[in-house]
Amino acid sequence: MKAQYDVEQFLYKQSELLDTKNWQGWIDLFAPDGIYWMPPDASYETWDGQPAIFAEDKNLMTVRMLRVLHPDAWSQRPLWETNHVVSNVSILKASKNGDVEVRSRFHMMELRRDDVRHFAGSYFHKLKKTKSGYAIKLQRVDMTNAQAAYDYVLQVWV
Amino acid sequence: MLKERNPDLSRYVEPDRVRKEVYTDAEIFEREMERIHETVWIYCGHESQVPKAGDYCAVQIGRQPMIMVRGKDRKVNVLYNRCPHRGNMIVGDRKGNTGEQFRCSYHAWTFHHDGKLKNIPMMESGYAGTRYGKDNPDCSMKKAARVESYRGFVFASLSSSGPSLKDFLGKSIVAFDDMCDRAPGGEVEVVPNCFRVIQHSNWKLFMENQIDALHPSVTHQSTGRAAHEVEKILAKNAKGGEALSYHMLSAFATVTIDKWDNFQTINYPHGHCILTGYMGLRPQDPDTKAYDKVMIKAYGRKRFEEIVGVNIHHVLVYPGLSVQSPLQQLRAVRPLGVDRTLTEIWHFRLKGAPEAIYRRSLAYYNLVNSPATLINADDLENFWKCHTGLSSDGGDWVSFGRHHGRDIEEKGVVSSGPNMGTSEAPMRNQMKAWAKYMKEETRTP
Repeated sequence: MKAQYDVEQFLYKQSELLDTKNWQGWIDLFAPDGIYWMPPDASYETWDGQPAIFAEDKNLMTVRMLRVLHPDAWSQRPLWETNHVVSNVSILKASKNGDVEVRSRFHMMELRRDDVRHFAGSYFHKLKKTKSGYAIKLQRVDMTNAQAAYDYVLQVWV
Repeated sequence: MLKERNPDLSRYVEPDRVRKEVYTDAEIFEREMERIHETVWIYCGHESQVPKAGDYCAVQIGRQPMIMVRGKDRKVNVLYNRCPHRGNMIVGDRKGNTGEQFRCSYHAWTFHHDGKLKNIPMMESGYAGTRYGKDNPDCSMKKAARVESYRGFVFASLSSSGPSLKDFLGKSIVAFDDMCDRAPGGEVEVVPNCFRVIQHSNWKLFMENQIDALHPSVTHQSTGRAAHEVEKILAKNAKGGEALSYHMLSAFATVTIDKWDNFQTINYPHGHCILTGYMGLRPQDPDTKAYDKVMIKAYGRKRFEEIVGVNIHHVLVYPGLSVQSPLQQLRAVRPLGVDRTLTEIWHFRLKGAPEAIYRRSLAYYNLVNSPATLINADDLENFWKCHTGLSSDGGDWVSFGRHHGRDIEEKGVVSSGPNMGTSEAPMRNQMKAWAKYMKEETRTP
């Protein structure tokens, strides 16, 4: 029960960091070798050596962060907000050392200029137990809309 | 809006400027679909997308929904996605395998892979004595007027007359030669994933932007700077290896606006264009050296040097294709309406090349061309702003005056002058081709 509570709080915190645009705080949730991955199709088994919507280590995450913070990131100039809801959290595997594998579902509403878009799907987190909580080894994002045509693109992690 | 019933649209194009309606008028859009996209050779897909008999992909040519399908005879056919019975579309998904035949979901008419009518339920009792049946070509799925393939890249034209594919492509054929020649096996195969992105603008803004050497350091400054910052930190840790993909991004800022004049554009009839300029794809890392070895074995040193020495950044096949051959990336443009355009973005694998070479161009595909692109997002923003601005009454013309009058023209080929790589020659050339197409109907059904 404790692990379930801790994991849920961790996921809520992650979505809160995104919605408040605390990019560095979000990146800091990842382990030094952590990967954020969004495959274009649910059938993909690895991020390595395949087409990916996102496949980022912390260095690439930093590029993305510095880009959106740059004053000339033109696409980010208009009004832009997101709202994540995370739910259906289930621990698939729990190791003795406290590491866990977690599946959850998310819904993100995005406002850009005057348009609202919805992205939804499931998260798969591989979390490493640390002294202060968890660190993300792998976050897999299977988006229901992954194969749909993108009316405009994604600029920040979902 | 167009005030005249049948205006001479070539008057909308002057050598160094173009009327805004060319981008924003819905009637002009309909006419250009008819006279350009539904007349000339349009890219359908690569043969490796349909390896087995019955494999099909849905393709849009102009406003026409089409199907590219592999037949049992290995031939790739391009058919109108329409049942001759009541007009129902034959396939409703983007790709699949239809098995032995196409079967309409409405009344079960069946068709061979070349579109010929195979059967109608209770055909004898239902149609005996009528004009309908297997002998009537109107009862088969209509085929594209012409289909041709070059090195595995399939094109179709909806006009039975006009230049052959090779004549149409002219020098822009180098897009496919350069891509395939870089494979030790001389062939490429598609990486089975298509990224599809919609922009809120006219299709021509995309074609102009692809070879616009003036915009990268302005539009893509933020990503270039960000990648450069991280690149510097990585270089300090001196592990190497990863640096190239960062370099592809940082070049957008480190190659400053003045340096883009070192590039050159070569502009051909039909609106095609080659942007020269090398992106540092011949570094001396172990991966490149291993690749060079395989290539030299396949081609011999002399031919190898020729192949990797081809100096291309981008090839534009007007009106609907943008190819980055040294990185094996291809973007096909599908106009959805006067103010909406879909691009389909593909990556190809060099057959016989080491895995590391595939991964290098894959990095570019993911970082630049995925729906989470670090680059194209700012182009998309510009496209919408451009289209919205052009729809206003704030002005009547789009200007293409940069280095106008300084281009070098020889036998119909227009090159930007020395150290004038940012010349708007490609836009002038595209609009020249556009005006020629729009002047008269050349399509033969």
